[in-house]
Amino acid sequence: MNLTLKIWRQKNASDKGSMVDYKVSDISPDMSFLEMLDVLNEQLVNNNESPVAFDHDCREGICGMCSLYINGEAHGPDRGVTTCQLHMRMFKDGDTITIEPFRATAFPVVKDLIVDRSSFDRVQHAGGFISVNTSGNTIDANAIPVNKHDADDAFSAATCIGCGACVASCKNSSAMLFVGAKVSQFALLPQGKVEATDRVLNMVKQMDEEGFGNCTNTGACEVECPKGISLENIARMNREYLKASLKG
Amino acid sequence: MSGILNSSIGRKFAMALSALFLMIFLLQHFAINILSVFSPDAFNEVSHFMGTFWAVQYLLQPVLIFGVIFHFVMGFVLEIKNNRARQISYAKNNGSANSSWMSRNMIWSGLAILAFIVLHFIDFWIPEINTKYIVGDMSGMHNGEYRYFHELVEKFHSPIRVGAYVIAFVFLALHLLHGFNSAFQSVGANNKYTKGLVGFSKVYAIGIPLGFIFIALFHHLTGH
Repeated sequence: MNLTLKIWRQKNASDKGSMVDYKVSDISPDMSFLEMLDVLNEQLVNNNESPVAFDHDCREGICGMCSLYINGEAHGPDRGVTTCQLHMRMFKDGDTITIEPFRATAFPVVKDLIVDRSSFDRVQHAGGFISVNTSGNTIDANAIPVNKHDADDAFSAATCIGCGACVASCKNSSAMLFVGAKVSQFALLPQGKVEATDRVLNMVKQMDEEGFGNCTNTGACEVECPKGISLENIARMNREYLKASLKG
Repeated sequence: MSGILNSSIGRKFAMALSALFLMIFLLQHFAINILSVFSPDAFNEVSHFMGTFWAVQYLLQPVLIFGVIFHFVMGFVLEIKNNRARQISYAKNNGSANSSWMSRNMIWSGLAILAFIVLHFIDFWIPEINTKYIVGDMSGMHNGEYRYFHELVEKFHSPIRVGAYVIAFVFLALHLLHGFNSAFQSVGANNKYTKGLVGFSKVYAIGIPLGFIFIALFHHLTGH
């Protein structure tokens, strides 16, 4: 496959940045999208040009590191995949592919296609955990009965890899699917109920302080989420938040 | 509970509550207006009751006006905040791949409805308030009979006004097609009943505006 790539290039956080066109040839349809970018970077390095900076780590769809807004969609046109799982067979020979960083005020661009997603870490630090006594008398989690339906929903929420596709896809750059998933995975389980009030209040407060937008229920986040996190998690977070607000 | 409106979820909750209130009002408004098609007398009786009963005039009407203003102001506040959350736009954005046109353009359908409400107030509400509270005529009578039905029919003589009303109700349908379900999601109602609610919301979102269009066209075409 021969492709034209329109890629966002930005030297550093303070640089203005612009779209730059590149050509790549002999791309296998069996390559992953990131492998295609590796080919481009090899080509750039051989020409003494600066390679395109992009995030990646596990390259098997579980770390949440790869990002990229490809042809107007987070993680590209396929469904239920991260960018590292996106195959070049999703494109046609001669295609022009636009590649941009995730755009959000809370995700500032560091360089080229790399964005700083530490705002997600700070939201997690604000309450996305349970406090467990690890003094040696820790109770086995399996000793506490959990309703199967709740356990399944909690597990589904916990599959969120924090990639930020929800924020990137949302027209409001809202992080509510991410925060909803993190709130839900604990709110559904007995171990999480003890700190439920503080958790949801603190996480939502931090989310707002980071500059994420307000959810308007477009559902784009759910469609683009590589892990299929459901909008039910946002509704659950809303309920948890209102309950916590009434408690004070 | 303090400061709940300062949070993103609190603002959405308030937006949803005002929307649910306005949707109930819209249903009530439609129920009265459709009487004008079937029974001008019944329409006159109910209009006179709504226009003169103290609880409607001095309790419900101010709440309704507050609800309308609150919904619009909060809509603008949310739009401004959401625009700030992404200051650099995408060079290429395929919004239709993951969301409906209605959900992405609530501000525009909302602005069209706001323009309609201004026209509607000039047409009906301001003259009504003038007659009752400035002139002081609470009788509801004109030339020995109730004036409400005649005023309604007279307004729908103009094809331009009828056209404007029809366009406004199309925007209202687009607004409701997303807004109805969205309000339930915002108050935390996403459960086993959601699927049924989605179906009902489509019937409401299309049926009510279509009904209003029918009323306007009926009076325009029949002349009574």
